[in-house]
Amino acid sequence: MTAKIAYGDVEVGTELPAQTFPVTRATLVQYAGASGDFNPIHWNEKFAREVGLPDVIAHGMFTMAEAIRVVTDWVGDPGAVVEYGVRFTKPVIVPNDDKGATIEVSAKVAAVLDDNRVRVDLLAKSGDQKVLGMSRAVVQLA
Amino acid sequence: MALDQSFVGRSYPPTDPYEVGREKIREFAEAVGDTNPAYADTEAAKALGHPDVIAPPTFVFAITFKAAGQVIEDPQLGLDYSRVVHGDQKFAYTRPVRAGDRLTVTSTIEAIKSMAGNDILDIRGEVHDEAGEHVVTAWTKLVARAAETAAEGA
Repeated sequence: MTAKIAYGDVEVGTELPAQTFPVTRATLVQYAGASGDFNPIHWNEKFAREVGLPDVIAHGMFTMAEAIRVVTDWVGDPGAVVEYGVRFTKPVIVPNDDKGATIEVSAKVAAVLDDNRVRVDLLAKSGDQKVLGMSRAVVQLA
Repeated sequence: MALDQSFVGRSYPPTDPYEVGREKIREFAEAVGDTNPAYADTEAAKALGHPDVIAPPTFVFAITFKAAGQVIEDPQLGLDYSRVVHGDQKFAYTRPVRAGDRLTVTSTIEAIKSMAGNDILDIRGEVHDEAGEHVVTAWTKLVARAAETAAEGA
């Protein structure tokens, strides 16, 4: 376990580099295959609309996987993530065009804990909607 | 119809072992566009102190959610899965999942609540390796929406 960020170099409010992640229908099909979640609301527009959704939506777990990359890219070692939890507040709606949607993720250190650990709070938005709530990770720093 | 509270605390038998494959990890990392070398390059993973390539933090959900199927499909519980959306997800890791792990999951119903006609089910999945050591705990909150409202959410 080798984090590239030192515990002594961060304080409450330290911002992690924000990132924007693209998501298209092709992304969702690829994620469905890799994760084994073939729920048609994530790739079948007709089905999604029939169950009352505005369009195909991204897997919540896909959004969760993208958001933590802001933390794992910052800390270097993905094994440094000790805890990670989110609430799925709004869906990421993915239109069938060449652009799809984007997930914008920002994060900052919200608490300094014992044992060289910090709590990072994440904010994930798509368009002007907050798509993850209570999104938090505990990270083991060097 | 509210779910039966007597199911709170019920544990299901451990799943058969899931063997974590190196190529499956690579496939998952590619699907989320993550190029961290710890997911694909054994030497890079070793340089970080891991014995082999590790999986991205949310990879294990595929295993724990499949295990939660024991709960979701328990005919005695009677959850209407067509109305279920994923509410919350949390993981607490003792160590990362890595290639070669043979993982079993023990699912337990941690809580059942009923709010405004919605059934809210909290399932805890304890993931252990072949040696019986704890790897990660996954908490999954499922919300079965009241019949008159259409499904939306994650």
